[in-house]
Parts: sequence; C-alpha cells; structure tokens
Amino acid sequence: MLEVLSDIDFEIKKGSSLAIVGPSGSGKTTLLGLCAGLDKASDGTVYLVEENINVLNEDERAAIRNKHVGFIFQNFQLVPTLTALENVMIPMELLGKSQARQTAMNLLTRVGLGDRSHHYPSQLSGGEQQRVSLARAFSNEPKILFADEPTGNLDDGTGQSIEKLLFELNHEKGTTLVIVTHDLELAAKTDRIIQLKGGKMVSDKSTRN
Amino acid sequence: MASFSVLAKTALRDSRRNRSRLFLFMSSIILGIAALVAINSFNDNLTEDINRQAASLLGADLVMSADSKPEDAYLMKLDSLATEKSSEISMFSMAYLPNVDETQFVNIKALSGDFPYYGQIKTDPLEAVESFQEKNGLLADEGMMLQYELEIGDSIKLGTQFYPIQGKLQSGFGGQNMTSSFAPTVYMPGDKIYDTGLIQPGSMMDYNYYYQIKDGIDVDAWKSENRKGFRQDGMRLTTIEDRKEDLREAFDNLNYFLNLVALVSLLLGCIGVASSVFIYIKSKINAIAVFRCLGMSGRDAFMVYFIQIVVLALIGVVLGAALGSFIQYLIPMVLSDFLSIEVSSSISWKAISEGMIVGFVITILFALLPLIAVRKISPLRTLRASYEEDVAERDGLRWIVYIAIALSLFGFLFLLIGDAVTAGIFMAAIGISFLLLYLVSKAIVWMIKKWFPKNWNYVFRQGLSNLFRPNNQTQILLVSLGLGTAILTSLFIIQGMLLKNIALMDAGNQPNMILYGIEANQSSALAEITKSYDMPLIQEVPIVTMKLEAWKGKPKKEWFADTTSTSRRMWPARREARVSFRDTLNDTETLVSGNFYRPVTSPNDSIFISVEDDWAEALDVTLGDEVVFNVQGTRMKTYIGSLRNISFNNMSTRFFVLFPTGVLEEAPQFRVLVTKSPGIETTAKYRREVVKAFPNVSVIDLGMILNTVNTIIDKLSYIIKFMAGFSILTGLIVLISSLFLSKYQRIKESVLLRTIGASRRQLFLITSTEYLILGALSAATGIIIALTGSYLLTKFQLELDFIIQWWKILLVFVLVSVLTMLIGVFNSREVVTKSPLEVLRREQ
Repeated sequence: MLEVLSDIDFEIKKGSSLAIVGPSGSGKTTLLGLCAGLDKASDGTVYLVEENINVLNEDERAAIRNKHVGFIFQNFQLVPTLTALENVMIPMELLGKSQARQTAMNLLTRVGLGDRSHHYPSQLSGGEQQRVSLARAFSNEPKILFADEPTGNLDDGTGQSIEKLLFELNHEKGTTLVIVTHDLELAAKTDRIIQLKGGKMVSDKSTRN
Repeated sequence: MASFSVLAKTALRDSRRNRSRLFLFMSSIILGIAALVAINSFNDNLTEDINRQAASLLGADLVMSADSKPEDAYLMKLDSLATEKSSEISMFSMAYLPNVDETQFVNIKALSGDFPYYGQIKTDPLEAVESFQEKNGLLADEGMMLQYELEIGDSIKLGTQFYPIQGKLQSGFGGQNMTSSFAPTVYMPGDKIYDTGLIQPGSMMDYNYYYQIKDGIDVDAWKSENRKGFRQDGMRLTTIEDRKEDLREAFDNLNYFLNLVALVSLLLGCIGVASSVFIYIKSKINAIAVFRCLGMSGRDAFMVYFIQIVVLALIGVVLGAALGSFIQYLIPMVLSDFLSIEVSSSISWKAISEGMIVGFVITILFALLPLIAVRKISPLRTLRASYEEDVAERDGLRWIVYIAIALSLFGFLFLLIGDAVTAGIFMAAIGISFLLLYLVSKAIVWMIKKWFPKNWNYVFRQGLSNLFRPNNQTQILLVSLGLGTAILTSLFIIQGMLLKNIALMDAGNQPNMILYGIEANQSSALAEITKSYDMPLIQEVPIVTMKLEAWKGKPKKEWFADTTSTSRRMWPARREARVSFRDTLNDTETLVSGNFYRPVTSPNDSIFISVEDDWAEALDVTLGDEVVFNVQGTRMKTYIGSLRNISFNNMSTRFFVLFPTGVLEEAPQFRVLVTKSPGIETTAKYRREVVKAFPNVSVIDLGMILNTVNTIIDKLSYIIKFMAGFSILTGLIVLISSLFLSKYQRIKESVLLRTIGASRRQLFLITSTEYLILGALSAATGIIIALTGSYLLTKFQLELDFIIQWWKILLVFVLVSVLTMLIGVFNSREVVTKSPLEVLRREQ
C-alpha cells in the first residue's frame, strides 16, 4: 500500500480560516478529502464538527456533509442539468428545509447573479459558475467550508473577486474555512498556513503575528 | 433518507437536459413490448375465435369419417343419437368442362341431407345450397368458375355424366383454403355419385357422416366411451371440442414461432435497456459525485435515477402496449391466407396487462444492472476524476439482480412455452450464447494484443489498439452486436433453408405429373397416349387396397383391446393399406435389413413382404414376423422379409408395404402412372385427351401443387420477414445505443488528438478502422454461432438438408460491419466538424 499522508496532526478553531499549501503530489487534496469526510483514513482519526468520522459509514458521513459542510472546487462542479438556482437549492432540499427557493435566490443575489438564476452552468462564464458554487456552498449554512483551489481555473481579476466574496461570506456567516491552494497570496489571507511536502506536514504557521 | 418528493423533484430536474439519451432506452422498451403485446393479443383473439367458431367450422355436433364404407352396425349406433343426419362421399377426380373444352382436377363432395347444422355453405345465388340436391345440379367453386369463365347453367362432366351448375360456391367447410387452388370443390347430390362411374374398386374416397345430436346427450362423453371400437375399424369421430383442439394444435407452431419472435425482440430490447442506462449513468457520474459530496446518501442518489428509469419504463411500456395493440390489427391481415378461421382484432386486456407487467419487470431488472453502480459512486470523484476507475468494488447486489433476471426470464419463457424443461433448455441456450460471445471477445482482444501489426500505418494502429485500451467497449459491443447478428442470421438461414428444400423438389429431372385411378385394362392405352406426347413412363405402378387384419399371431381387435400395448402408435392398422408389388427397390428406397425380394412361384410358397421401417416400428414387428391382410375379402398370410427406409424429399409414389411379384397380379387393382410433361401447353392438351378417353382417371399436375406450396411458402416468408422486422429494428437500436456507449468513451480522446493536430482525415480513419473491425468481429462471431445453431436445428429437429445461401450470410456480414462503422463515424462527426473546445465544454 502506498502511504500518501503521515504524521499529520492539527485542529482548526471554529470560525477561523486555514490554507493548506504544498507542491503537486504533496497530498493536499487527499488531506482535504479526509478532513471533509469524502474519504476514510486508513489509520488515525479525523474529527469533523466534533464527530469521529472514521467510524462512520459513507451514508453517515454524507449526512454530516449535508448538515455542516460546504464545498468549493477548482472546476466548480455544478450539476450541468440543473439551473443556477436549482444547484444552490440542492443542499437545502436534501435537508428538507422550507423556503429553499427564496434562500437560494437571496444567496444568488448576494453573489451578484440574481438575474442569471435560471441559466444552466454551460450558459455561465467560469467566474459566474464559481459564484454559483459559492452560493451553493453557503446555502446550508455550513459550519465549515472546504475549498479546493477555488481560483485555480480563473483569471486574476475574476479570481480576486471570488476570493473577496469567499472571505466576506466567511466573516458574515462565521464559517470555518479550509482552502487548498498553490497560490501563496491567497494563502496569506487566511489565519493560518499548513505546508505539506511528500505527504508530511513541514510547517504550521499563523499569518496573524 | 431525503423525502420522496425531494428525490422525485431532483430526478425530474436532473433528467431535463439528457432526455435524448433516455430516448434510446425508451425505444428499446417500446419495440420489445410492442412485439409481445401484438403477438399475445393475436394469440388471445385466435383462441377466442377458435372457441367461438369451432361449431360453425365443423357444421355438426358429431362427424364420423372413414376411408372405406363403414359397417351398418356402426351407422345404426350413431343414428340412434341423432335428430338429423347428413352424409358425404368425398373424392378427388378430374372434371371435364365442355363449354371451354378444359379439364380440371376437383374435389367432389357428394352430399345428402341438410348439412351444415351450424354455420353455412355460402353460395350465389343464396338458395342454390338448398336446391342443388333436388335439381340434380352442382355447386362449383367460384374461383374455378371465374378462371374458366363458367356461368350458372353451364355443364360440368364428372365421370360419365353431365351436371348443370346451380350455384357458385363461395365458401365451404374446414381448412380448404390450401387445396382449393389446385383442387377446387364441387358439391353434387349424394346419391348421384354412383351414376358417374367414378367409384371403382380401389378408388380413394372419404366417407363423412354428419349428425345433429339429440338434446341431453353429452356427445364428448359418448365419444370417449365408444371411440375405441370405431377406431379399430378405421373410423374417426370428431366433436366440436375435438375441432377446437385440432385448430389449437394446428396453430401451435405458428404461436411458437411468433412467441419466439416476441422473446427475441424483448431480449434485444433488454440489452438495449441495459446499455442505454449504462451510457446514461456514465454521463451522470460527475453529477452523482456532486450530489454525494453535498450530502446525498448512496441510496438517495440511486433513487433519483431509479425514479427516472421507472417513470420512463412506465411511459415506454404504455407506448409499447399501444403500438402493440395497433400492430395486432396487421397480423390477421398478414396471415389471412393461412387461417381457416376469421380472426378478430379486438383489444386483449389480458395480453396488454401481461405484456406490460412482463416488459416492465424485465426492463427494470436489466436497467438495475448498470443502475446499482450509482450507489457506489464516490464523492471523491469531485476532487479526482479517475478515482472510481481505480476501485473495483465487489457488489453483492449485482448477483441478486443477475439471479432475479435469470428467474424472471425463466418465468417468462415458461409462460410462453408452458414447459419447464424446454424453457430451461432455452435459458441454457441463451446463457451459452452469452458466454460464448464473451469468451470469443476475450480471445479476440488477446489475439489482437499478441499479434499486433506493429508495421501498420499509425491511424490503423490507433484504431486497432482502441479495441483493447483502457475504457474499451469491445466486450460489451461484441456481445450485444454478436447476439443481434446471431439471432437475425439464424432467422435468415432457417427461412432460406425451408424455401430451398422445397424448391429442390421442383428441380432437375423430377416427375411433375401423376395419373391415378387407372383401371388395369386402361393401362396400355394410356401408356400409348403418354408416349404419343413424347412423355416418359417414369413409373407405372399397380395398387391393391387391403386391410391389416392380424400381426404376430394376434388379431387387430385383440391388439387394440390390450391396453398394455402402445396402441396409440398402431396407425398402420387403422387405415386402408394401398399396396404395390415389384421385384426391385427404387431410388427413393434403401434396404435397412433383410432380403428385399423372395419370389413366389407356387401358391404354397410363403409370401415375404417388404415394409417401411416406421411402419414396422408402429406395429412393433420385425423380420420374420407374421402379418395377415384382408385383400378385398381374401385373407392373406405374409411374413416380413425386409425393412426399407423411404426418402420423402422428392415426389414419387411411396408404399409402406410392398408385395413380391406373383401374388397380387390377379387381385382387383388400379394403377398409377408417373410422368414428366415438358410444359404447360402439353400438360393441358394431354390432360384433356386422357380425361375424355378415361373419365375415371385423375391427372394431378405436380407443377400445380408446387405452385401452391410455393405460394404458401412465399406468404410464410412474408410473415417471417414481417416479424423478423421487429427483431431487426430492436437490434439496430441496440447497435446504436452500444455505439453511443463507445462514443462517450472515445470522444474525449478524439478531441485531444484533434487538439494536438490530428487532421480530420486521420480522425476519420482511426474511427472507421476501430468500428469496422469491431463490426466485422461481431458479425463474424454472430454468424458462426448462428451457423452452428441452425446446423444442429436442421439436422436434428427439422431433418432437412443443410443448404446455406452464402451470399445472404456475406450480405449480413458486410451490412453489420458497414452499419457499425457508419453509425460509429456518424456518432463521432461532432469531433470532426466542431471546434475541440466546444465539444470539450459540452462533454464536461
């Protein structure tokens, strides 16, 4: 068996933000997958919102993701057959929340896409798609949000406006934020940076000193 | 678990933009179910119509038939049951039509009494059927009258007598559609037949007695008590119930064939279902991973797609049932010339509901195969696209679905065939076909890898290597295309073989004319006439009629009374034997055992006869056993001297029993002459001269019979083609969905190649090579399976010569290969015509 990650031990405070950086193949995305409950560690423990997710099965982890976790991906990962509005509604509908439509509409307006709510992902630009994805990520009022290279597929200008929006929402809602990125400038905007190399944590520094 | 309404809403939204892919899924179901419903509706209507029309098809409560005049004791017994009685002597003979100076072979029915008691004989004018007996006239087949431009009042000469036509016969009784074209029916008054001189010793006649039974008598119960006695003396009793049973049996083969077509269509449809759902799910993997990532459980994700499939299956099933109900209106039209009864086309709710339930269950089960994988799609796919491909999870549910499919297919086959063993054999055959195709595809991929043509041009190498690279669809395509080809080719092969076998009878130097009913003293004059037309005397055979009286020292009655013996099989004892005598075997016969000819030179010599092997088997007799015949009043003891096998695949006289020369020469006999006429004109002229000179001699032109058979076969092949059309259409849909499947895999690679500079021509060649090879391999595999299967079927089941029309097979091969290539290239046209970026963005 190939060892991808080892000797990693850290925790994140509620409401704080954290960046995971490192070269390609250092295990950043794997670590994100483990933290977010998308995958199971072969050894060790991962606590997500005070729950040991290593002892949970896939469906139980899905329930935790649905209630407490938000995601943003490098390639946006919108469902191509759903409109922008419907994409934002999914997490709330899965939770059985009432007024999903209204909340989703408010969120879309918040990210500046109120007038594009009925467009399909293929009818939106990359930046617009990522904004829909942001609205979706916050729609279930997650306790923690995981972002995998959120600006990696965007040009500088668009990337910056997404970053701005991301941190604004993070502060507004008090959501914990974990970002995986190559972009050291983006990393510097978080409270703390963890650096990985060859699957090992080589540094863990606060950016606020 | 999320609420049903949320899942249903998600299912509806999710299906929105990919419905064209689901259309493939629906069309597979629609055709399969349509075939099933159409065929079952037709069968249902047929069964109902048989029940309704049986009485009017028999015309009486009870019919007794015999091939010789029955004893009075039997007739008196029957008379005591009846309120009304009619009798009919039926025979084939020549008729002379003086108005047009023509002759025609006819089926004379000499009728006395008011038959039929149910239904009617339709005539023009209507009252002719009532009056022809009194007025001493005839009812003549309308088609024949039309052919010879005969009018009511014109004469027809039967034997030595002239009779006026009283009416046109528009429809008679029973299944006479088949024979009417070469032996049209002529009804005459019953007592007049003896005046015609047609009834001679040895003449072949059928005696039918029709009874209307008194109220309160259970005729079926009476029949089962008395049947045995009548059977022993060569008489057959038929009730309305028997008639229904006969009709049902007569249609059994047709039903079997139609059901087979329905099954094949449904199976092909199911393959279509499985592969189109597979494509659909494949295109949804990313969306499913996102759903999972956002917290949807595996079960809920499965439900979202299951709901879509169930709704579409329901729509497909309803559309299929509607289409099937429409098609069933066409079946009776296609089959009208075959059916002796009128088949109505009413909606059969039973067939519709059965078709819908069976279709729905099988569709859902086949759809489940690719669908259950949805549960296992990992949310990690949102982070890493290739995650799933690296993880092959074993899924126990898959095996449960396989078992459920096997059980439901077996149940369906059992419903169709009604016999567990045959259903099992069928299942096994299907299973073996799948396994064979799978193994062949494995072997092919292995061989391509092993002997890869490294020196080929790049584009051809690329096309060929696509067959075994990761994500290849070689196996699934080989199995589905191969199976489709195998089924279609089998249909073609068997159809072609049936037609060819019949056509062979007409070929070469085969005789085409038989003259029978020739009296011994007419023989030499007739031979002279024949020679004067330069026609050969191919066979000139004497025939003596006799009855089997005893064998192996036990009289017939005792054999029949002995319930322990296999009396059902003793058919030779129930019929009048028509026996010939000669000293050599002819070329249709082969000696199985014994000594064919032992001459009889004095009255004290033992008589050694030669019998056909099936005849001997039916009586359980063998070489040396004693057999006693009653030759028109004289008991004659004989011994079995040899057993022969007779080939039935060309037309000439055949005798189950042959006497040696020197025994029967003086017995009352008639002769049969077999000859070959060079053409239609000679046939007509010759026939006219013979009938004028010898009115009792019947001339059967075999060309005429062959024409009739050919017409029947033509119609049959028309039906086969009509029904096979169903399978072909479903097969094509499977082909298209299979290719969609591979398009999904190939398109990204092609776009990449295009991006890095491959020309349109190169991409076209790569794609064409891949699909052409795939098509050719599938076609070849399917054809080999079809050839093996139909060879076994023809040799062991149909007992026909295995004749293959190779050009047709070659045509199937070329068609499947080229069609696969065309559909493959057509599916990939986007890659060639549109910008790579556009395609990539859409396929994301």
